[in-house]
Amino acid sequence: MTRLNLTLLAALLLALPLSLLAGRVWLNPFHPALANATVILVELRLPRALLAVTLGAGLGAAGAAMQGYLRNPLADPGLFGIAPSAALGAVISLFFGAAAWTLPVFALAGAGGAMALLGLIAGRDSDGHGGSIALFTLAGLMIASLAGALMSLAISLAPTPFALSEIVTWLMGALTDRSWSDVALAMPMTMLGILILRLAGPGLDALVLGEAAARSLGLDPRRLQLLLIAGVGLTVGAGVAVAGIIGFVGLVVPHLVRPFTDRRPSRLIAPSALAGALLLLAADCLCRVLPLVTELRLGIALSLIGAPFFLALLLRLRRGAGPDAGLA
Amino acid sequence: MLRADNLVLPGRLAGVGLTLKPGEVTAIVGPNGAGKSSLVACLAGLLRPSSGEVLLDDQALSALPPRHRARRIGYLPQSPEIAWDLTVETLVALGRLPWQGAALHRAHATPAEDARAVGQALTAMALETLRHRPVSRLSGGERARALAARVLAGEPEWLIADEPLANLDLAHAAALVRLLRRQAHDEGRGVIVVLHDLATAMNHADRVVVLEQGCIVADGAPEEALADALVSRVWKLPARWLGEPGARGLALGSNG
Repeated sequence: MTRLNLTLLAALLLALPLSLLAGRVWLNPFHPALANATVILVELRLPRALLAVTLGAGLGAAGAAMQGYLRNPLADPGLFGIAPSAALGAVISLFFGAAAWTLPVFALAGAGGAMALLGLIAGRDSDGHGGSIALFTLAGLMIASLAGALMSLAISLAPTPFALSEIVTWLMGALTDRSWSDVALAMPMTMLGILILRLAGPGLDALVLGEAAARSLGLDPRRLQLLLIAGVGLTVGAGVAVAGIIGFVGLVVPHLVRPFTDRRPSRLIAPSALAGALLLLAADCLCRVLPLVTELRLGIALSLIGAPFFLALLLRLRRGAGPDAGLA
Repeated sequence: MLRADNLVLPGRLAGVGLTLKPGEVTAIVGPNGAGKSSLVACLAGLLRPSSGEVLLDDQALSALPPRHRARRIGYLPQSPEIAWDLTVETLVALGRLPWQGAALHRAHATPAEDARAVGQALTAMALETLRHRPVSRLSGGERARALAARVLAGEPEWLIADEPLANLDLAHAAALVRLLRRQAHDEGRGVIVVLHDLATAMNHADRVVVLEQGCIVADGAPEEALADALVSRVWKLPARWLGEPGARGLALGSNG
């Protein structure tokens, strides 16, 4: 394990217990006077913190893999259309006012549908080899925009104002009132997804040299696409199913981490997962402790951090000051 | 032995047959659009011809597992890119990917062998002092050398390069030509280079293949394949070789 990974892991192991103390009710570990402290810790804050870590890790790893695959520092896990499709599934469940437990099922079905569609598209190509990155990415963008349009349709046709407000609130993404069952759903899927993304590492490294050179190094482009569909689908699908759309982690985290690596895409996946976990944990704590009338939604908080960062990044790339600017 | 058997790619190759031997430098020349890049991409296993077959030691290239093929055939594309700001050493080490173990693939070289191959490739391209420099701070020529070193690091039996001299100044072009000749004559590798400069092909290749509109119109020792009359006809310019064999220069007349 590299020094970077060890540092991030140590920070995460330190931050996780500390985050449990923060919230509307602050817990003091040295004066455990509060009667229901155990309930707050075990039933509310621990699952929530573990979800933040799980989702952040998944989004960070998926973002790093996507940027490596598209050889573009502006890529984000949403580009394949898996996150919007999962969100569409969830919106359909809310639209029909179905039982609460159906929401993650519908979301996973949406993610699975997008993954299947991408899998069909992967490998369709004119030169007989399959695996064209441009074609694949355009297909993902089309899936994303179709899912987005259907979501807007659902919102505009919402049967009751209550369903409408449910949908809109859910889409903002949050970790409020999550339970152990959400952890049990998201954690294994995300861990499997990150493992699969790590398998894609050597293929992503070969792609540094472009598609032709990568193939000459033995890359099987179709296999890489399938690994990415599975890895991104599992991490992002699980995240959307339990927490809604959480943006910007996948975009921002690989950037923050990249300067500390040798810039090979395979070496970026693990530290991005750890840093993503750390970022989401911190952001969620911030949401809990800000003295607002209602709790700040996590999705909003992250976009508030992420959007200015994205803008600064764009300006930096434009000026050509970024170390990767001239090469991307 | 690398053999192309009647390769056809609509609009690009119109039935190309060619048998290449290890230990030789073969130059592929021809005017723009003659199908040079398509031919070498087929030979490298990157383009599948719509009919015909490329055979590596009598095995169909399309039937070889990609990593196996990658260990035996190295390919330097015409306009190589580098997506991230790696250091020269990290970049060159990418050439070892087909040898390294990965999920479901066993390793075919030890880390020590990888390090030795990378070191030799850096030395061969005179890049030792630039080893830790990020590629964004390299000159065009240094970049071209680093990318060539990446292919050398893979230690393939066949080296295929699509216009490797394009970004190099005279001294570095000459050095790369010397290196490619050594790879063929001393190491016994098969070297296939697409060249635009006919004088380089004439003076340094062991064999020259001239393509025109997807067909081979001449193939043989440079002095025979690149006869004045053929060069004049294919490139549509009156041309005449000057000088002694091994130090030839091409005099181009005007059309008038």
